[in-house]
Amino acid sequence: MRILQTSLLTQKVKELFIEANVDIGPSLVDRLRSAMEAEASPIGKNVLAKIIANDEYAKREKIAICQDTGVSVVFIDIGQDVHFDGGDFNEAIHEGVRQAYKEGYLRKSVVSDPLFDRKNTQDNTPAIIHLRIIPGNEVLIKVMPKGFGSENMSTLKLFAPSVGIEGVKRFIIETIEKAGPNACPPMIVGVGIGGTFEQAALIAKRAVLRGPDHPNLDPRYYELEKELLDLANRLGIGPAGMGGSTTVLAVNIEHHPTHIASIPVAINISCHASRHAEGVL
Amino acid sequence: MEKKIQLPLDEETILSLHAGDTVLLSGTLITGRDAAHLRLIQTLEKGEDLPIELKGEVIYYVGPAPASPNHFVGSAGPTSSYRMDPFTPTLLDVGLKGIIGKGDRSQRVIDALVRNKAVYFAAIGGLGALIAQTITKSEVLAYADLGTEAIHRFWIEDFPVVVAIDAYGNNLYQIEQAKYRKE
Ligand code: SF4
Repeated sequence: MRILQTSLLTQKVKELFIEANVDIGPSLVDRLRSAMEAEASPIGKNVLAKIIANDEYAKREKIAICQDTGVSVVFIDIGQDVHFDGGDFNEAIHEGVRQAYKEGYLRKSVVSDPLFDRKNTQDNTPAIIHLRIIPGNEVLIKVMPKGFGSENMSTLKLFAPSVGIEGVKRFIIETIEKAGPNACPPMIVGVGIGGTFEQAALIAKRAVLRGPDHPNLDPRYYELEKELLDLANRLGIGPAGMGGSTTVLAVNIEHHPTHIASIPVAINISCHASRHAEGVL
Repeated sequence: MEKKIQLPLDEETILSLHAGDTVLLSGTLITGRDAAHLRLIQTLEKGEDLPIELKGEVIYYVGPAPASPNHFVGSAGPTSSYRMDPFTPTLLDVGLKGIIGKGDRSQRVIDALVRNKAVYFAAIGGLGALIAQTITKSEVLAYADLGTEAIHRFWIEDFPVVVAIDAYGNNLYQIEQAKYRKE
């Protein structure tokens, strides 16, 4: 058994949220660059150039890429041989978020209650925490500050199996089209197909987390991702929705076994500021 | 070619702008997003005076990140405009002349822009770090308790926007997207 102090968890969560919010990472910038080369619209090309300049500037100056530093989503895979010591596990994560958003000059965007008193909690807590138990004695942490311009454009539907692949494709493309300029295109589109109502949504978010460089390993889903990317980029929405051939940078699908009566499909939209960072304890 | 424009806007300037024009704005504007809009509208509905004068103003839909030590404001890009659609016609009718946000607007908003000879600019979403560099000063004007959502006055210099919906009702999103759509 490995004993881990929860203070280490706090420290790591804090570092990762600051890193994710100021540094978009090389794979997204590379993808934006090649999109800019290929972009057909002059306005679109200019928008992509500005996005790249923004990302580089944010990294250099260590300031937030986007003011919407989001809801703090935390994915943790815990090795089953790990024992946490030194305080409440969940509180240690919230504390990491609290410190990151204060010390990193990140915007606090969380309200305490969705319906009645929409009061800002002032420290961006609570984090949204997703846990898995894995073999071994390591703890893998991935953080995702999730902006809501794009989150609000996400959706979920449970289809009868008869809608088939064509129906699912149509639903995905319609969702991207509806998201349009609001989702700050070019987008990363995470699709969760299968499982149950909540599982589909969760794997859609994990799909976003894969970023632009990790296509599905199953050749059938790989082809489907490519086809959907091509269809989405024919919509004409373009960078910032101002027209063009770059609407989506990647469509990432995650799939899961499901019930005989259903095809659950969840679509989680991310903007070009698709931020995440990961670390190991 | 980028047009340089000084705020506040006069009618001649507004009428010279066309959907698709790239513009650099300088001067002053006010900020406001969801919570501030709700309060402004509730105040007007009660027949009370607004805490700020909207006549001739340009409003920017933004909730900036906190300023770090070497900066005037933190990251400060636009937020989605559609959420303000239910409130915007009323604010245009009491004298608002310009809006900066991101994304398309409802037909009611477009009609109100045309009716009031006002203009809607789009800033690029997710450009918060760069846009912050064009804001040279910031001051809270009203609703300080709303924090980032309070109404601020911003002093800006060469703030980059595109004319999205002009005073004639032309819509950049529709025009440009149609050019690149493949069936
Ligand atoms: S959708 Fe993304 S890029 Fe656009 S404002 Fe929100 S967080 Fe920023």
